Amino acid sequence: MAEPTVDIGWIHLGLASALILVAVALSEFQRLGLAKRLIVGALRAVVQLTLIGYLLVWLFDTRRWYFVIGVLLVMVVTATFAATGRQPGGGSMQRRLRPICFAAILIGSGLTIAYVTAVVVDVTPWYNPRYLIPLFGMIVGNAMNGAALAAERLRSEMEHTRAQIEALLALGASPQQASAEPARRAIVAAMIPTINSLTVVGVVSLPGMMTGQILAGSAPTLAVRYQLVVVFMMAGATSLTATGIVRWYRRTFFTAAAQLLPREPV
Amino acid sequence: MIGPGRSAAATADAFTLEGIGLERAGRRVLADVTLALPKGGFSTLIGPSGAGKTSLLRLLNRLDDPACGNVRFFGLPIGEFPVRALRRRVGFVFQTPTMLPGTVGENLRVASMLGAEAKTEASGPTHAALALRLAELGADYADRVAADLSGGEKQRVALARALMTDPQVLLLDEPTAALDPEVAEQLMGTLRRLRESTGLTIVMVTHRLSEARLASTYTVMLEAGRVVEAGPSERLFREADQPRTRAFIAAGGAGGQHG
Repeated sequence: MAEPTVDIGWIHLGLASALILVAVALSEFQRLGLAKRLIVGALRAVVQLTLIGYLLVWLFDTRRWYFVIGVLLVMVVTATFAATGRQPGGGSMQRRLRPICFAAILIGSGLTIAYVTAVVVDVTPWYNPRYLIPLFGMIVGNAMNGAALAAERLRSEMEHTRAQIEALLALGASPQQASAEPARRAIVAAMIPTINSLTVVGVVSLPGMMTGQILAGSAPTLAVRYQLVVVFMMAGATSLTATGIVRWYRRTFFTAAAQLLPREPV
Repeated sequence: MIGPGRSAAATADAFTLEGIGLERAGRRVLADVTLALPKGGFSTLIGPSGAGKTSLLRLLNRLDDPACGNVRFFGLPIGEFPVRALRRRVGFVFQTPTMLPGTVGENLRVASMLGAEAKTEASGPTHAALALRLAELGADYADRVAADLSGGEKQRVALARALMTDPQVLLLDEPTAALDPEVAEQLMGTLRRLRESTGLTIVMVTHRLSEARLASTYTVMLEAGRVVEAGPSERLFREADQPRTRAFIAAGGAGGQHG
């Protein structure tokens, strides 16, 4: 028996923006130099979210599976560029990583969303955008962070343990055996934020999705069950994605003859 | 009659190199290197730093491949051996020994574990004990933490680890560069005795001319990526053909100090 959610009109939204003005005023007062970035950031948020709002309305109305899939792919591509764009090591390194990152996020997130919508939440029709888009957004966001952490950690571990990797290769190890330790550390590094958030969820943090659902009128117990599904699927998607990144990315550090390639000039 | 004569000549050498060229980051490292390293010999590669000694050594167990030219191993093109099996027949000891986590025994076991899929071979405690003995480390070293050992001890562990694969050839890249002269001399003694007792073919890069003169049977002088001359060590150190070799030896390897 949910009570109706209080509507936020444009006037009330305008009133809410006063809170940004408070931040701007405080920045000016303390000479933090943040005013411009705050205002630009707030305007971007308004424009981006408003456009997304209308896009979602349109998607929910048209209900065409290929539009929904198209939006999901755009999310994966955007996440790929965000995850690889922050990698150090220059353009050639990023180009080398990009297709791997795309495949890992696509497969990690794709398998997870397929399982969740087909088995756990039982979404009908299967492409129902009201479920698919927000769930996939959360999955991809986490997979993206996992991918970026795994790739960066693998690169730096491979860099720092070159002597050990070559020592193992010289004993007849395969590239997989020689890079087992960097690979292990990269996956651990990618998983730690997810494991941390599993540990503190509900105690230190009340997740945004759950809060939103409660504000929208859901029973807190239902919101909690949804949130649990979300944290589980984030753990699944992150580990799948990180594993894909590590398995495919580490190959690019070796030649076909099991030779460690020279350091990339940075 | 080319057949028998040629194959007999080919197998007298562990490695034959022909027209080897190599570049790194646009810089020429080796150019037109043609060379034969005798089987069962103790060969040393000498020359000023930057001459390409280490780059050449790394081609012999395919840690790198040359840009052009042929490397033959016991008469066969080196690329015909599966690379991992090749590396178990051609061991490599690096300039700076890298210890894997754990004890010395665990370091040795990694080497035999990696071979489990390649080929059946003795990998039990007997083998580790033998490797330690050949490297002239006491059996009690097996239980010591590898990371806590001294530089000289680590290099001996690296040697024992390389011996765990039962190699026919051992490549050593300036194994004594980081050691005190006294410790370095002891390690050289170990290598000499190792070759005498096992018949192992040894190829070593060194910047200490005394090591090349005392330990090796065959010496190759390299400069700027090219072979200046090669021959039996005894002759080369007594009366080298090339003035550049004579000058390098007379100067005691000046310019060959690793910098």
